[in-house]
Amino acid sequence: MSIHICGTGSYLPERIVTNEELSTLVETSDEWIQQRVGIRERHVSEHETAADMAVHAAQRALEAAGCTAADLDLIIGASLTSDRACPTVAGMVQAAIGATCPAFDINSACSGFLFALDIAASYLVRGGMKKVLVFGAERMSRILDWKDRSTCVIFGDGAGAAVVEPGDGLLASRLFTAGEDQVLLIPNHLGESPFYKNEPEGTPYVHMNGQETFKFAVSRMTEDIKYAAEQAGITLDDLAWIVPHQANRRIIDFASKRLHVPKEKFFVNIEHVGNTSAASVPIALDELVRSGQLKRGDLFAMSAFGGGLSGAVCIIKY
Amino acid sequence: MTNTEAKVIEVLAEHLDMDASEMTTETTFEDLGVDSLDVAEIVMEMQDVFDIEIETEKVGKSVKEVAAYIDGKVNA
Repeated sequence: MSIHICGTGSYLPERIVTNEELSTLVETSDEWIQQRVGIRERHVSEHETAADMAVHAAQRALEAAGCTAADLDLIIGASLTSDRACPTVAGMVQAAIGATCPAFDINSACSGFLFALDIAASYLVRGGMKKVLVFGAERMSRILDWKDRSTCVIFGDGAGAAVVEPGDGLLASRLFTAGEDQVLLIPNHLGESPFYKNEPEGTPYVHMNGQETFKFAVSRMTEDIKYAAEQAGITLDDLAWIVPHQANRRIIDFASKRLHVPKEKFFVNIEHVGNTSAASVPIALDELVRSGQLKRGDLFAMSAFGGGLSGAVCIIKY
Repeated sequence: MTNTEAKVIEVLAEHLDMDASEMTTETTFEDLGVDSLDVAEIVMEMQDVFDIEIETEKVGKSVKEVAAYIDGKVNA
């Protein structure tokens, strides 16, 4: 069904912020962050926008796929942290890499990359397209309250991309949305209209109910992965890898326990990347591919969940 | 001790890999040294065992309170 992953790429900004450094900004500690979230350090942009990072990831994915920007028929970007509402991140990537195909963004928070991949699959099924670039890129550091120790320690910046073409690698895919704003919310404050009566109060940064997010994430992952395996006609034992959204090490560990799938099967890079929202899954996928641990022919699942609330899962034969 | 309280202790003991005899109805999450994510995990286990939806913030702090919350939901 509709997808073959030709190549992947990712990019992390150079500047590394350790837990020790964060503990000079807010009252926290390396021990607390590692125990509660599983992060040791994250990359934070000093100069680059989400689009700048996406360009690097896209170029690496094109190189891995053995094709050029001119070969692309479509670019779909997933981001919620662009420095610009217009042009789109995908549009800026298109210009920077020298592509001429249509390009657009979607936003489904941390599930964005898998939503974009599902859209790409639909286009490939429709026919007429040979290569689609899909990416997730986030500068989470621009939407964090750096005085809030419960959120600023969790996130990081980065981008991940994949070039896909028609193929038979997508065995199952499902998207999920349950629109609500109590568990996870990122207000989008812009200019104030003199006529609008409901200008928001409070900060424009990430607001998160940790416990409810945790419950949603674990439920989503376990239900989605079981569902996708059933749709694909495989058992969880058949999966070589599960690439989960890197939100919190404890979410992954608890999902592993509830799924009765050993922890070793979950690819985890949160300790040095942090939660990079829509970029998280494609960065992890690229690290898995480049480390040689995912082999052609392997079956693997990708599972994401996050703001929206949203969730997405797919099973792919690499 | 009510049946629900006993069941709550059983779930806690299993999840935390502890002996149920170490807990009473007065035992609190704080006594057990669990953090907020452990509480979320325990709540998810309780949801499965009692087949109800639990609002983590309202579930209470001790075995007694958790059992009372669950009884309220089950009998609602």
